Amino acid sequence: MAIAIAVILLVIGSLLFHFLSPWYFTPLASNWDTIDLTVDITFWVTGVVFVLVNLFLAYCVIRYRHKKGLKADYEPENKKLEWWLTGITTVGVVAMLAPGLVVWADFVTVPEDADEFEAVGQQWNWTFRFPGEDGVLGTTAVRFMSTENPFGIDPDDENGQDDVLIFDNEVHLPINRPVKALLRSKDVLHDFAVPQFRVKMDLVPGLVTYQWFTPTRTGNFDLLCEELCGLAHHTMRGNVVVDEQADFETWLAGHPTFADTQAEPAGDATVGQALYAPCAACHGMQGEGNPALNAPKLSGQEDWYLKRQLHNYKKGRRGADPADTNGMQMAAMVNTLPDTAALNSVVAYIQTLPDEPAPTTITGDAERGKDLYTTCAACHGRDGMGIWSVSAPRQAGMSDWYLANQLRNFKAGIRGAHPQDGFGEQMASMAMMLLNDQAIDDVVAYINTLPVTSPQQVANLEQ
Amino acid sequence: MAYVAIADRGQELDHPHSFVTKYIWSQDHKVIAIQYSITAIAVGLVALALSFAMRLQLAFPDTFSFIDPTAYYQSVTMHGMIMVIYLLTALFLGGFGNYLIPLQLGARDMVFPFMNMLSYWVYLLSVIVLLASFFTPGGPTGAGWTLYPPQAILPGTPGAEWGILMMLGSLALFIVAFTMGGLNYVTTVLQARTRGMTLMRMPLSVWGIFMATILGLLAFPALFVSAVMMLFDRLLGTSFFMPAVLSMGEQLETGGGSPVLFQHLFWFFGHPEVYIVALPAFGIVSDLLSVHARKNIFGYRMMVWAIVAIGALSFIVWAHHMYVSGMNPYFGFFFATTTLIIAVPTAIKVYNWVLTLWKGDIHLTVPMLFAIGFIFTFINGGLTGLFLGNVVVDLPLSDTYFVVAHFHLVMGVSPVLVVCGAIYHWYPKIAGRMLNDSLGKLHFWLTFIGTYAIYFPMYYLGILGLPRRYYSNGVTEFIPDSVNSVNVAITTAALFVGIAQLLFVLNLIISLRSGKKADGNPWRATTLEWQTPDTPPDHGNWGPELPTVYRWAYDFSVPGADKDFTPQNEPPAGQSA
Amino acid sequence: MNIFKVLGTKPWQQSGQVDNVPGGEVLVMPSARIGLWVFLAVVASLFGLFTSAYHMRAEYADWRQLDVPALLWLNTGVLVLTSVAFQWAWSASRQGKLAGVRDGLTVGGALTLAFLVLQLLAWRQMIDAGYFAYTNPANAFFYLLTGAHALHLLGGLWVWARTTARVWGGLDTENAEEVGRVRLRVELCTIYWHFLLLVWLVLFGLMLST
Repeated sequence: MAIAIAVILLVIGSLLFHFLSPWYFTPLASNWDTIDLTVDITFWVTGVVFVLVNLFLAYCVIRYRHKKGLKADYEPENKKLEWWLTGITTVGVVAMLAPGLVVWADFVTVPEDADEFEAVGQQWNWTFRFPGEDGVLGTTAVRFMSTENPFGIDPDDENGQDDVLIFDNEVHLPINRPVKALLRSKDVLHDFAVPQFRVKMDLVPGLVTYQWFTPTRTGNFDLLCEELCGLAHHTMRGNVVVDEQADFETWLAGHPTFADTQAEPAGDATVGQALYAPCAACHGMQGEGNPALNAPKLSGQEDWYLKRQLHNYKKGRRGADPADTNGMQMAAMVNTLPDTAALNSVVAYIQTLPDEPAPTTITGDAERGKDLYTTCAACHGRDGMGIWSVSAPRQAGMSDWYLANQLRNFKAGIRGAHPQDGFGEQMASMAMMLLNDQAIDDVVAYINTLPVTSPQQVANLEQ
Repeated sequence: MAYVAIADRGQELDHPHSFVTKYIWSQDHKVIAIQYSITAIAVGLVALALSFAMRLQLAFPDTFSFIDPTAYYQSVTMHGMIMVIYLLTALFLGGFGNYLIPLQLGARDMVFPFMNMLSYWVYLLSVIVLLASFFTPGGPTGAGWTLYPPQAILPGTPGAEWGILMMLGSLALFIVAFTMGGLNYVTTVLQARTRGMTLMRMPLSVWGIFMATILGLLAFPALFVSAVMMLFDRLLGTSFFMPAVLSMGEQLETGGGSPVLFQHLFWFFGHPEVYIVALPAFGIVSDLLSVHARKNIFGYRMMVWAIVAIGALSFIVWAHHMYVSGMNPYFGFFFATTTLIIAVPTAIKVYNWVLTLWKGDIHLTVPMLFAIGFIFTFINGGLTGLFLGNVVVDLPLSDTYFVVAHFHLVMGVSPVLVVCGAIYHWYPKIAGRMLNDSLGKLHFWLTFIGTYAIYFPMYYLGILGLPRRYYSNGVTEFIPDSVNSVNVAITTAALFVGIAQLLFVLNLIISLRSGKKADGNPWRATTLEWQTPDTPPDHGNWGPELPTVYRWAYDFSVPGADKDFTPQNEPPAGQSA
Repeated sequence: MNIFKVLGTKPWQQSGQVDNVPGGEVLVMPSARIGLWVFLAVVASLFGLFTSAYHMRAEYADWRQLDVPALLWLNTGVLVLTSVAFQWAWSASRQGKLAGVRDGLTVGGALTLAFLVLQLLAWRQMIDAGYFAYTNPANAFFYLLTGAHALHLLGGLWVWARTTARVWGGLDTENAEEVGRVRLRVELCTIYWHFLLLVWLVLFGLMLST
C-alpha cells in the first residue's frame, strides 16, 4: 500500500518539480526555437505516458493487493489489448520522431549565405579565426604549428595571409547573420557548446567538423567544452559575444591578420638592454629577482610568457585589482614601454641574461607536495619547465616566494579574475585545489626539489 | 515419439573431494555463481566509494584535499567502468546466469564445468589487474569510461602512462573470461534442458540471460578489437586512431588516424552492453512480478519476442551515442529512427509488467517492492531515453547532466533494484535462510526514494545546460547559485543510498546465521529451482532423478486448481510422473 | 526446427506434454560441437570487426597499398594443405581407420607449425624491408591481423596436441566411448582449421585488394 502511495506522490512531485523548478532551459539566443519545440513535444508525449502508466501501476497495487480470499485472474495473454497498446505506442513514437527528423534536416543543411569562422580547440583553451577579406580560410596543418604560428596556417597559402586571428578565448559574432562554425582541434576531442544556442558539436583532431546557427540576441554567452579533454577539461572556457553588425566589425578590425603576426618586429636585445634599465632597479641587473622589493626572477622565463604578461599588464588584465599592490606598481611600469616592438626587445634582452636557479626561501613537505603536483604537472610539465602549447610557464628554479604569493592571489581572486584573462581564470580554478597555505608551501617545496633543465643551463653544464 | 534425455546426456560431474575443490577450485555452478557475485559486489562497493568522492567534490567544492582534478577524473572513469562491466555484467551473467540457468532448466550443472571455473578465475584476475592500477605510478586512467583516444593515451590525462595499459589489459582479460562463461550459458540453454523443458517453457529469467549472453558474445569482440588497436597505438606508435596531433607543445609522429573509428567500434560494443545489463533484469523482474502477484506473466510470448527483438535491434542503434561526435551527420536520420523503434518492444514489456499486476493477488514482499520500484524507475529512465535517442532533441542535452540522470536511472538504478529484489527472492534457496524483512524494507525505501532524489533533479540541471564530467563549474553566468544547493541535496540523498547498501551487505552477512529458516519453496513458486530435493541444492542439484517438466513456468492461480501455484514438474491430474 | 514455429507456440495450452521441441523432434548434437559453433560465431564477430575497422581506416588519405610479401602465397598454400590433412584425418576417423587419423593429425599439426614459422619469416621480411607497424596503417593492420590469426591457430594447436597425444598414446579401439570422444575431437579440430583457413583467405584477399 505504501508503495502505491509513494508512486502517486512521486508522480505528483515530479510534475510539480517540472512546472515549478527554476532550473530549465536558458533563454534562447539563436534561431533554434524548433529544437525547443521538439523538446516540448517530447515532454508532452513522454509526460502523458509517465503519468498514465504509473497511476495505473499504483491503482493495480491498491486494488489488487493481497486480501484474504483474493484470487488472481488466469489470463496468459490478450492479443487485442497488446496490439492496441503497440499501435498507440507507435503513434506516440512517430509523433516525436517525425518533427525531430525535419529539424535535423535543417541542422545538417547549412544556409548558403552563412558566414564562416573557425573555432580552434586545444588543451585547454579556445582561439578563433575569421577568413579575412577574401572570405576563404587558409589551409592548416599540425606540422606548421609553433609559438610563432599557433594556428598552424600554411605560410605559403595565399588564402591564409589575410585570416584574422583571435588569440583570446572570446569571440564576437554579428546578430541575425547565420554563421557556420568550422571546428578544428589540435590535440584531443573537444566540444563547442553554448547552452543558449542549443546546438553543439565535437571537435575532432584530423577532421574539420561544423555546426551552424543564427544568433538572435546580443549579449555575452559562455562557451563550454563538453567533451572530456583531459585534466583541465572543466576550465576550458570561452565567451561568445553577440554584437550589432557595426560593433562586430569594429571588434574584428582590432585583431591582427596572419600576415601581421608574421611581420611582427622581432625583439632587439641591444635595444632591449637600454629599455631594461628601469626594470633592473627591482628585478636586478641579471634579472635574478629581489624578494625585498617583491620582484621575481625573470631570467630563464620563457619569452612567450613574459610577453603575454606584459601585454596583460598593459591592457589592464593584470595589476588592476587594488588588492594587488605589487601588480599595480608593475602595471604602471609596463606603461613606460611604448609599443610592442619595445616590449619584444625587453623580452629579447631578458632571454640573454644568465639563468641561475633562484635561492629557495620556502620550506614544506615536499613528499606531500609531490602528490599535489601531479595535477600541476599536466600543464607545467613533470620537470616544471613549462609547456608553451598549454600556456603554462616555467616554475622550476624561479622565485619560490613569488610562486607562493601568486597561488594565494589566484585563490583570493586577486589574479585571474579579469574576464579577458582566460589562462589566469584557469589557474585560479586550479589553485582552488590547494586548500590552505600549508598545501601551497608543500607544492612549492616540491618544485624547489626539481632539477633545472633549461636549454641554457644544459648548455652551461656541457661546457 | 522417441525421446533423448538431453540433460543427462554427456553430463560429467566433477566430484569434489576436499574443501579446496569444493569451495575454491570448484566446478559447481552454484559455487562459481557465489564467487562471481561476491567478487562483483565487492568491487561494486569500491565503485560506490568512488562515486562519493565525486559527489563530495560536486557538493562541497574545494573542501576535501583528497579529491583534486586528477583524483576526480580517475574516480569518474573507474566508477563507470567498474559499475558497467565488472559489477553489472559480471553479476547478472556470471552470478545469476550461473546460478539460475542449470537450476531453472533442470540440469545438473553447466555443460563445460571446467571452463566455467576458469571463467571465474580469469575474471578475478581482470579485477585484480584493474584494482592494481590504483597503485601504479600516475594512478588509474582518468580518460572517462569511454576511453576515447587520442586523449586516453596522451599526457594531460591522468594515468596515461600505466593506468590506461592496465585498463585495456584488464578489459581483454574480462572479455576472455566472459567468452568462456558465455559459451557455457548458451550451450547449456541449448543442450542441457531437462525433459519437457521446451524453449517456450523457459522462465523469462533464462530468456533474458540467454539473449544477453548472445549479445555479449557478439559485442565484446568490438571492445576487444578497439582495446587491442589502442594498445598498438600506445605501445608501437601506430596510427589506427591517432591523427596528427600537437600534444603538450610537441608534434607527435602519428598521423592520419581516426578517433571517430574508435567511437564506432566502442559503441558497437557499448550499446548492446546496455542490453546485456538490461535484458537479464527484464527477465528476472518478470519472474519476480509473476510469483509475488500470484499471476502468470501477462503476454509471455510477446515478452519473449520483445527480448529477441530488442536484442537484434540493439546492434543497429550504436551511433545514437555519437550524434555530436563529428561523424557524418546524415547517419543521424538512420540511427534516430532505429533507436525510437526499439522503444516499442521496450514499452510493450513495461505494459505487460503492469498488466501482470492487474487483477493479480499482490503480495507486497520485499522482492515485490523492489520489482515495483524497478517499474517506476525504469519508466522514468526509459522515457528520457526518447529525448536522447531523437537526434535533434539530443543536441542541447548531449554531454549534460541529463545524460547522467538518464543512464543512471535506466541502466544503473533499475538493474540494481532488480539485483536487490532478486537477492531477497533467491537468498532462501542459496543460503537456506530468509533475509531479515525489516532491514530489507528499510533498504528498499532508502534506495528507491533516495535514488530518485539523486537523479530526478539532475535532468533539470542538464536541461539548464550543466555539462557532465566537470570537476567544478567555476564562474559561469548561466548557472545560478541555486545549482549548488541542488548538488548538496543530491549528495545528501546519495549518502542515504550508500548507507542503505551497507545495511544490505550487513543483512546478507547476519542472515547467513540468524535468518529465519527457509523451507524449499518459501514463495510458493512454480519454477524448477524451488523444487530441488535439498535446500540449498546439493551437488548435482536433483538427487538421482532429473525432474520432468509438464507445463510452462507461470501456472499461478489456475482456475480449478486446489492451490494458487502448480510447479512445472507437477504432472497434470490423472497423469503420473 | 523452425525457430518461428517454436516462438509461436502457446506454452500454456500444452500442459502434460514432455517433448523438448514441439512435435516431438529432438536436436541430437554433442555439446562440444554446439560450443564450438558458438565460439566460431564469436571469432567470426572478432575478425568481422577487424575487417570493418580495416575498411574504415583504409578510406583515409594516408593509407598506402600494402606491399604483400610473396611468401604469403606459399603460406596460403601450406594452410590449404593443412586443411586437407585434417579433412583426411576426419574421414579416416569416420571410417574407423586409426592409422589414417594418426597420419592426418600429425601432418596437419606439422604443417600448421610450418605455417606459423613461415608467417614469422614473412614478418621478418617486412621488418627488413623497413615496414614497421608505425610506418603505415596498412602495415599495422598486417601485423595485427596475421598476429590475431596466428594466436587462434596456436590455441587450436593446444587441443590438437591433446588429441594427437591420445591417438599416439595407444587408443583402446574397443572402448566405444573413448573412440567416440576422439572422433568428436578430430571433427572439431577439422572444423576449426577449415574455419581458420576461411578467415585467412578473407584476410589475405583483403590485404591484397587494398
